Amino acid sequence: MDISGAYDSILYDIAGGFSLLVLLLAGIVCIVWDIFENDEPVLPFVAAMACVVGIVWEVRNLDAGSSTVFYDSIRAYGLASYINITILLSALATVILSVPYLKRIKHGYGEVYALIVFATAGAVMMGTANSLVTVFVGLETMSISLYILAGLVRRDEGGIESALKYFLLGAFSTGFFLYGIALLYGATGTMYLPEMASGFIERGELTLLFWAGIALFFVGFLFKVSAVPFHMWTPDVYQGAPTPLTGYMSTASKAAAFAALVLVLYYGLAPMPVAAWQTALAVVALVTMVLGNLLALVQNNAKRMLAYSSIAHAGYVLVALTAGTSQGYAGAVYYLLIYSLMNIGAFGVMALLEWDDKEGRLQTIDSLAGIGFRKPLLGVAMGVFMFSLIGFPPFGGFFGKVAVFAPAIEAGYTWLAIAGVLASALSGYYYLRVLYVFWMRTEEQADPAVRARAFPVSFSSAAVVVTCALVLLVIGFIPYVRDLTQIYFDASVFATMP
Amino acid sequence: MPADFVPLLLMLALAAGLALTLLLAARYLGPRRANPIKEGAYESGMDPIGTARQRYSVKFYLVAMIFIIFDVEVVFLYPWAVSFQEFLAAGEGIGVLAVVSIFILVLGVGLLYDIRKGGLEFD
Repeated sequence: MDISGAYDSILYDIAGGFSLLVLLLAGIVCIVWDIFENDEPVLPFVAAMACVVGIVWEVRNLDAGSSTVFYDSIRAYGLASYINITILLSALATVILSVPYLKRIKHGYGEVYALIVFATAGAVMMGTANSLVTVFVGLETMSISLYILAGLVRRDEGGIESALKYFLLGAFSTGFFLYGIALLYGATGTMYLPEMASGFIERGELTLLFWAGIALFFVGFLFKVSAVPFHMWTPDVYQGAPTPLTGYMSTASKAAAFAALVLVLYYGLAPMPVAAWQTALAVVALVTMVLGNLLALVQNNAKRMLAYSSIAHAGYVLVALTAGTSQGYAGAVYYLLIYSLMNIGAFGVMALLEWDDKEGRLQTIDSLAGIGFRKPLLGVAMGVFMFSLIGFPPFGGFFGKVAVFAPAIEAGYTWLAIAGVLASALSGYYYLRVLYVFWMRTEEQADPAVRARAFPVSFSSAAVVVTCALVLLVIGFIPYVRDLTQIYFDASVFATMP
Repeated sequence: MPADFVPLLLMLALAAGLALTLLLAARYLGPRRANPIKEGAYESGMDPIGTARQRYSVKFYLVAMIFIIFDVEVVFLYPWAVSFQEFLAAGEGIGVLAVVSIFILVLGVGLLYDIRKGGLEFD
């Protein structure tokens, strides 16, 4: 093997993986700073700055041509930048929302920020992976950090339940995932996604080994994005974890998993006839949307309700993936950005309105009656998030839903799109119920503990929530954000296999 | 392609068969003369004292974790050291040294964290 020139492309690699490297560096800086200085305000600042630097860098590279760096193991520029921005925005919002929250629950350890940054680095690695090994390494880096963050409040039984359930089920699903990768490697002889694609075209046939591998692989992915029937962990884990970190789990980690799935489907498997797995994905999407929304209807706890709602939203993204066209993948990526903004906002508001000292595990939505009049800013912002989550026209959620349902109709899955729209209509009941309780009920109906509490809102938290709401108001009217996703996917690569 | 795996299958069957045969042979052929000393737990010649379900300090695991960190370090460094001459000959010595330095630095941060958090203090 010729090893001369092994490091010739190092500067190009560093530029391509810049945001990933900045995150890893910031994580190490956080840890070292924490053990020597224990100076709290610096840590979230370092973590947030790493996210900001990453976002600025990726925005500059949004319309650069996609390429691969670090010996083809991760993708950079173009689509990868778009995905990184989604992940980094969620991470930035999480860091800022966590500071006052963790101070209030008295668990403001320095490690939290290092772990958020490391989880984000894992998410970035997974969401821009070009090889199955990178997907796995990213997934593990992200998951292990999240297991610890879920059990942050280690004296609380809910936190322990959350962390343990997440860890055991996550490890179990990772086993499926890894076995799937092993079988795919056996069937294709490569870990690199583009090589898989060219291998299929050359060989022109698919073995049983490949089908077994892809099935196990999908099980692992569907678990991570909490699609029915692999959703059981979601409500309990989301309910017990500290609220801003729950928001992180439901946005950044989900966006990373979906982005990796899009990369595998598009770069690795696109030459295959899509009909091969369309039916399976369509069924999973349908069941996920219907069951997620139906179970959300009966929840009294806001975090559980949002957990089931995030299951339902995974179903909407799966509708776009079912289509299996370039528009479908573009719609999925666009939806992930909008979904991240509205979900991190909704969890942010719930984090600020927490009064039970059990990370919101015990409080019902009804207990917050009339809170909109006391906290108008949070009430109005929650209104924007709820309407956007339903998919109500002027808000971002509507444009996101159009982007995921339209490709399904074009691909002949009209029934699935109709089911999705009906499920969204159903979701209106539980989203609007939050607003009904916030605004239409009087404060006298609220829990006495709620009336006794002041719910202080720091400037930084308010800024995050308001920014998310404002962006959701205008994002649909900036066609650039949507059109950008279209150019990342080339329609000519699909189903070229004989 | 599946035919390639037949020897593997054969080996699995042989291994399972051998293990089963040995276990069954010991069960049916071996003499059994039980006495209290034989039935007791084996503690390297000591008489067993008390229950095995005791609580002990988690620090033990911290040491084990540090061991694994450095074990992995050696596993990575050994092949690196072996092929260092080749990289040197190809004129890539600085690059390959920088890469491994970063690796050791990251591990060093882990060790530093462990020491500062009291992972090596016994009480």
